[in-house]
Amino acid sequence: MHEPVTFHFDVDGENFSSAGEASVIIKKKLRQLGFSPDIIRRVSIAMYEGEINMVIHANGGAADVTVMDEYIEIVLSDKGPGIPDVELAMREGFSTARENIRALGFGAGMGLPNMKKYTDYMKIDTEVGVGTKITMRVNTTG
Amino acid sequence: MKIEEIGKFCSAEVLCGEEYLDGEVYSACCSDMMSDVLAFVKDQGVLITGLVNTQVIRTAAMMDMVCIVFVRNKIPTEEMIALAEECGIVVMRSALRAYEACGILYSRGLIGNKGDSVCTNP
Repeated sequence: MHEPVTFHFDVDGENFSSAGEASVIIKKKLRQLGFSPDIIRRVSIAMYEGEINMVIHANGGAADVTVMDEYIEIVLSDKGPGIPDVELAMREGFSTARENIRALGFGAGMGLPNMKKYTDYMKIDTEVGVGTKITMRVNTTG
Repeated sequence: MKIEEIGKFCSAEVLCGEEYLDGEVYSACCSDMMSDVLAFVKDQGVLITGLVNTQVIRTAAMMDMVCIVFVRNKIPTEEMIALAEECGIVVMRSALRAYEACGILYSRGLIGNKGDSVCTNP
């Protein structure tokens, strides 16, 4: 049993250009910790999609990553508008992103489905007008 | 295909990552939609795109891609180049349109998906 390793990031909602900085750092940290490329890629993609979502929809938020013995947990929390219909939001191709976001290469409606696809566990806690918390886990043992 | 050859075949100017030009790549993808790159790319080492913003570099880094070719003479910013250097990614720009760049590279043996003709889930 190792001590969990934790990382905390504030995700700036004002600056689209800086979105994803935390994911790049996590990718490096996980590499230093010696995880396999597949696990590193899955964690960093899921987190990156989440970061982009927080910047597009929620004016930023917080990202917390905890490295445990059996899995890596990513918790993304924001005080954004919340997701009114989670089932609809999980559908591939569904997006509420505005046209200006699409022009930047995002808003194809693949973010949440992708986060689910790349992780072993995903839970969405959301309340309209209050915010959203997404917990994801990627297993690190067989 | 050697990364250096991508530059040659696309008449591209190498903007950073000269030290990695000797590297080998086996497949590529082309998209202006980074959401789709994140959803569908698997083991493609090269990204061909006409979209220019820092998220292109981050997306390529997330997907472990090693080379980005900006087509239609798009010029990446200094911030983007610095980020690509930090991530160890070769960045080039070419006057070709995306369709032409893809056609040339494909016909020279740089395929789309390592033997699969359809998108596969990770």
